[in-house]
Amino acid sequence: MPYFADYARRYTDFPFLVKLVERDGRLVPDRLVRAADFEGGLGETNNPDWKPVAIDEISGEPVCPLGSAGFRWGDGGKWNLEEKDGQGREVKLRLSLAGQEDAVVPVAFPYFGTVAPDTFVATGHDEILMRNVPVKEINLVGGKSYVASTFDLFLANYGVDRGYGGENAASSYDEDIPFTPAWAEKVCGVPRDAIVQVAREFASNAEKTNGRSMVILGAGLNHWYHMDMSYRGIIALLVMCGCVGKSGGGWAHYVGQEKLRPQTGWLPLAFATDWLRPVRQMNGTSFFYAHSNQWRYETLKISDILSPTAPPGDWSGAMIDYNVRAERMGWLPSAPQLESNPIELGRSIAENGADPNKVIPEALKSGELKLACHDPDNARNWPRNMFFWRSNVLGASGKGHEYFLKHLVGSLHGVVGTDDERGGIERPDEVVWHEEAPVGKLDLIVNIDFRMSTTSLYADIVLPTATWYEKHDLNTTDMHPFIHPLTAAVDPVWECKSDWNIFRAIAKKFSEVAPEVLGVEQDLVMTPIMHDTKFELAQPYEPLDWKKGECEPIPGKTMSSIAIVERDYPSTYARFTSLGPELEKHGNGSKGLTWDIKHEVQLLATLNGVTPDGAAAGRPKIDTDIDACETVLMLAPETNGEVAVKAWAELSRATGRDHSHLAKGKEEEKIRFRDVVAQPRKIISSPTWSGLESEHVCYNAGYTNVHEFIPWRTLTGRQQMYMDHHWMLAFGEGFVTWRPPIDTRSVKQVLGKLPNGNPEIQLNILTPHQKWGIHSTYTENLIMLSLNRGGPTVWISEVDAKQAGIEDNDWIEAFNVNGALTARAIVSQRIMPGSAIMYHAQEKMVNTVGSEITGQRGGIHNSVTRINMKPTHMIGGYVQFAYGFNYYGTVGANRDQFVIIRKMSEINWFDKAADDSASGHATADWGTGRRSATTTEVVP
Amino acid sequence: MKVRAQIAMVLNLDKCIGCHTCSITCKNVWTNREGVEYAWFNNVESKPGVGYPKDWENQNRWKGGWVRKKNGKIVPRQGSKWRILSKIFANPDLPEIDDFYEPYTFEYEWLQKAPELEAQPSAKPRSLVTGEVLKKIEWSGNWEDDLGGEFSKRSQDYNFEGVEKEIYGQFEQTFLMYLPRLCEHCLNPSCLASCPSGAIYKREEDGIVLIDQDKCRGWRMCVSGCPYKKIYYNWSTGKSEKCIFCYPRIEVGQPTVCSETCVGRIRYLGVVLYDADRIQAAASVEDPKDLYPAQLGVFLDPYDPAIQEQARLDGVPEAWIEAATRSPVYKMAMEWKVAFPLHPEYRTLPMVWYVPPLSPIQSAAEAGKMSVNNGMPDVRSLRIPMRYLANLLTAGDEEPIVAALERMLAMRGFMRAKTVDGRIDESIAENVGLTGPMIEEMYRYMALAAYEDRYVIPTTHRELNEDAYLLRGSTGFGFKEPTNGSTKLNLFGGPKRTPRKPYMDIPT
Repeated sequence: MPYFADYARRYTDFPFLVKLVERDGRLVPDRLVRAADFEGGLGETNNPDWKPVAIDEISGEPVCPLGSAGFRWGDGGKWNLEEKDGQGREVKLRLSLAGQEDAVVPVAFPYFGTVAPDTFVATGHDEILMRNVPVKEINLVGGKSYVASTFDLFLANYGVDRGYGGENAASSYDEDIPFTPAWAEKVCGVPRDAIVQVAREFASNAEKTNGRSMVILGAGLNHWYHMDMSYRGIIALLVMCGCVGKSGGGWAHYVGQEKLRPQTGWLPLAFATDWLRPVRQMNGTSFFYAHSNQWRYETLKISDILSPTAPPGDWSGAMIDYNVRAERMGWLPSAPQLESNPIELGRSIAENGADPNKVIPEALKSGELKLACHDPDNARNWPRNMFFWRSNVLGASGKGHEYFLKHLVGSLHGVVGTDDERGGIERPDEVVWHEEAPVGKLDLIVNIDFRMSTTSLYADIVLPTATWYEKHDLNTTDMHPFIHPLTAAVDPVWECKSDWNIFRAIAKKFSEVAPEVLGVEQDLVMTPIMHDTKFELAQPYEPLDWKKGECEPIPGKTMSSIAIVERDYPSTYARFTSLGPELEKHGNGSKGLTWDIKHEVQLLATLNGVTPDGAAAGRPKIDTDIDACETVLMLAPETNGEVAVKAWAELSRATGRDHSHLAKGKEEEKIRFRDVVAQPRKIISSPTWSGLESEHVCYNAGYTNVHEFIPWRTLTGRQQMYMDHHWMLAFGEGFVTWRPPIDTRSVKQVLGKLPNGNPEIQLNILTPHQKWGIHSTYTENLIMLSLNRGGPTVWISEVDAKQAGIEDNDWIEAFNVNGALTARAIVSQRIMPGSAIMYHAQEKMVNTVGSEITGQRGGIHNSVTRINMKPTHMIGGYVQFAYGFNYYGTVGANRDQFVIIRKMSEINWFDKAADDSASGHATADWGTGRRSATTTEVVP
Repeated sequence: MKVRAQIAMVLNLDKCIGCHTCSITCKNVWTNREGVEYAWFNNVESKPGVGYPKDWENQNRWKGGWVRKKNGKIVPRQGSKWRILSKIFANPDLPEIDDFYEPYTFEYEWLQKAPELEAQPSAKPRSLVTGEVLKKIEWSGNWEDDLGGEFSKRSQDYNFEGVEKEIYGQFEQTFLMYLPRLCEHCLNPSCLASCPSGAIYKREEDGIVLIDQDKCRGWRMCVSGCPYKKIYYNWSTGKSEKCIFCYPRIEVGQPTVCSETCVGRIRYLGVVLYDADRIQAAASVEDPKDLYPAQLGVFLDPYDPAIQEQARLDGVPEAWIEAATRSPVYKMAMEWKVAFPLHPEYRTLPMVWYVPPLSPIQSAAEAGKMSVNNGMPDVRSLRIPMRYLANLLTAGDEEPIVAALERMLAMRGFMRAKTVDGRIDESIAENVGLTGPMIEEMYRYMALAAYEDRYVIPTTHRELNEDAYLLRGSTGFGFKEPTNGSTKLNLFGGPKRTPRKPYMDIPT
């Protein structure tokens, strides 16, 4: 298919060469070949380590094509997907070395389906599959080396028979060789004929329409531990059919209704980058993993997931050790960052006139200064105050709910397992182990909500906020073409205030009382190596760890960047209510682009007026919620055509191609708040996003990459099928592959140990989003509950229900080492035997009886889950593997989890006052914490 | 011939996603009141299932609808007038609250006011009827959502009549369809015939069936008489209530709330002209399978100049006649024959019709092996049994269902050939008795489903019955009082305002 071949050549990394190295007597795919591997660097002097290489069909020689990450930084105008190399020569990249090969050699690919936990299917094939690949032998710095094209390796990995023989090449779909349809049928139960038919129909449609086949998916797949394997599998399918970036085809990723679209408008407002830079940010999953102490209960072993073809290296340690290494090397953010007070540090550095980029690394290296991540249980490193806003972490999103209650909140909790050898816990290498885990780290919880949510129930202070119809706000997503408003129909009821007014009031009082404690302070801020900055080219090969003496701690290269930020605490309110001067100074932008914003700041001053006096005198005013909306709309290219024109011009400088036509005719368009109130407006195309909004195409991810030759922001600048980072290869995910769910080891310890007389069954617990909500949308609305079953439910199959003696609407309990939950059963034929579904965000505030296991209120869906992190999500400083706020970091996968389910025998509401109850609070140890119910009611 | 016009509804079940937005908006507007907490003028059921109230389709139990006597006359199944009167103090066929469900709320205040407890507080359910704690919630307007409940219970579903149903209980053979339900605003309403007080009437101008709340005496014979169980007794007012087809909206040309808010764009509203003189005969045909074609025979061709003329003579406003020619309901029911009445065997001649849903091919094992015509599988191999759909929509006659589904598949095939292969294939249309342009029009209405095409609702001609001049300025600030140009209260004080005579008396 010429269309598919052309697409693959231009828009994917298929033509790029991979170096093969010998390991344990076998050839394995290693990293991508770079310009720096050649004598003279193929003429490349700027970032030759970051410019992958392919074979040119025209000359037959290795060439360094435009568009890779190395061209993005410091090669102005060469970061594009034109078919040229760095020297301006026309090139046509060769997809396959077939027919041009020097040899055909067996190459080792890791295979993970040999074993599988619990009820998942193990296929029994070898852990290493040898597959034959055509290769060339070329001269590189350091000697001759075999290289193969990514395309040839990719096909070999799938087991496609291309006539090179070998036992692991499948000559038909019916052979039981990974990854044929017959093999897939065995693993997932979908008949091979159906797989083949769907694949054929998908591909033939793409063939007829030049790529208009589409996969729509939500983020539910990300609940599985090996989520990225599913994603990459789907992307590979789309890429092979030339679909990504084609209008009507490609990757339609429905991941919720974030207010992201005018990002460059709200980022300065939300993070005060108009006043102070850089910002201190943290990825939530790693934060809660450390501080709710879930790491102390980690049962997943690194050896469970390490590849049999892993490169040599130190792959020891526990999961938190990998996160610590990532924080140490500047890959992930960290909170807190240092064991010392950053304001005191900043003050002493400023007083001594020292260079923080010199003294901090030195102090870290000498051990005089410590990173907090090495000792999260040290009282100096506990989080103390926590503010929740637009979140219901204790009623919905917090995976490992009971650990949150025990270690962060310090309330009654239902943790069932232990953190000692009984739980099979392996202690970490890099993290200090305290014999007694701290409980109740938080001193203060503040929740902003308009509802008595579970988080509100556990908060010290609830700040009642306005609902959708009591405030002015903006609503957009990056998936749909409109920006629309929320407008106040009435003022907030009773004591409620809009979010904006709540924060503004806090800022005001804070500014008043600050001088008692804080004045103008110097704050030492450490920032991870950020994606879309030149720092993303940090360590091109095997990453070196300064802590192990492998290299020096160099800020922005082998560790976080370091900056001193001057904070004027008494001026917080003045700054909160005004737009600061940093925007004019540094410009505004995103995704690696920065444009001048002076005119917009001026216009905003005219529109909103200026602050008359005080610390922000003369600055544009942001006093009301409408002022704030106007600020967002003014600054963002999506809502201000003049900015869009500037943004595209800025991108043109990087790509050397003229993109101005994409904003032509929009320069005069400035969307104001009252415009969107009158009618939602279609947003303006901007380079922040890869889709366009026009009369010809609607938003489609990757559209401008394909049609404007703007590179993807990856190492090769193309859609990458091969991920060559050292850690990716260590965990066997260079290529997409099948990885069975992990063994969470959370059931066996409690199975049969806490009997209530009823049969127990083990099921895989899934917590998808219910059909009436997204994310953590609450469900306990009376009318909605009346339309269903009026409280928490768990769906189980008819087959399993029969086995456990459970009937529809029986009270049941689901539990494992993480905790227990109570709910009523929905027995249904639509549930696959072996699994149970509890829809997300069914809170225990309504109609939830007490647990027979914990002696506590039955839990929420997340009472039986736990955060399961994956090391490959911690990689940083490597182009697309680099931290970006809201885009990258660890994920708390929870779908590989099993629970024990059984019918309850005693229904107890635990409605008695604490003083009257017969026994004390439940404790952590399984069995011992179980309290006999004081007022029971036997189920008929 | 007596020409009447009705605003009828079609629901395209092929596009219903079971989101229940229709139920929620209807509930919020009409039944969020004491006495009707349990009532859902509109609810959505998951099928197969026994529904709400439980087992509502079982007329042997509830005695709803009409039966045809040997002499060819039809009478309400619960008996003729004198029989009904004899039962008004002890109606044996009346569903009880537990057949619907006992409405409840939660002790929300407990979450804020509970003292320190032995465990985190949780709000228990309390009955909205008795105020007592409910031991367990047992049913709802949507208990079986997405096939909740054992197949053995759900398969008591009446529509499995004549279907070997056991295999459909297996995981791999599961089928699911949604059935949104509301009052059918029948041409031959058995609720009306059951009412001892004469409180129920069908409006001449638009066909909407209403209960006069002043006349209703709460005998509840209509609750039994309605075979769809869409009349609800308000325990607070002691009167019966039902879906009013949002007549205040319909009168001003707006769609019903359930239609307006339908996320899947499955609902259609349009004018159907019918011959009131043919109703009785149509409802009395002998074979229940003939009821569907008989009802088609009651509908009149709005394009026929003779019909139009008769309509004018019978007082149908001109705008209504024109609206009838653009009616999506007429197109789907009469021109394309893809919409059908719900349970025509009840002989009520319902006016809320349904397009049956397509479904995946029955067995994955058959994928790729079955007969395919222009990419179209044989509709009899679809997962939902034809007989099941026929029991629901055509009194068991499968042929009309098969023909409709074939047309819907042909629409997909035709449009696919056009957009993917760039080919206009008239033969696809001809095979199902349509033409290319007809299919394109079907596509416009059923797939694109623009607002203006879905809702063609002429406004009520109030000017024919009332003196609009006298009404001018009479409302504005109302105080829950009927205003026929006269209000008891005046915001600005002064004497009670009464309509005055026109200023001038112009001789005509």
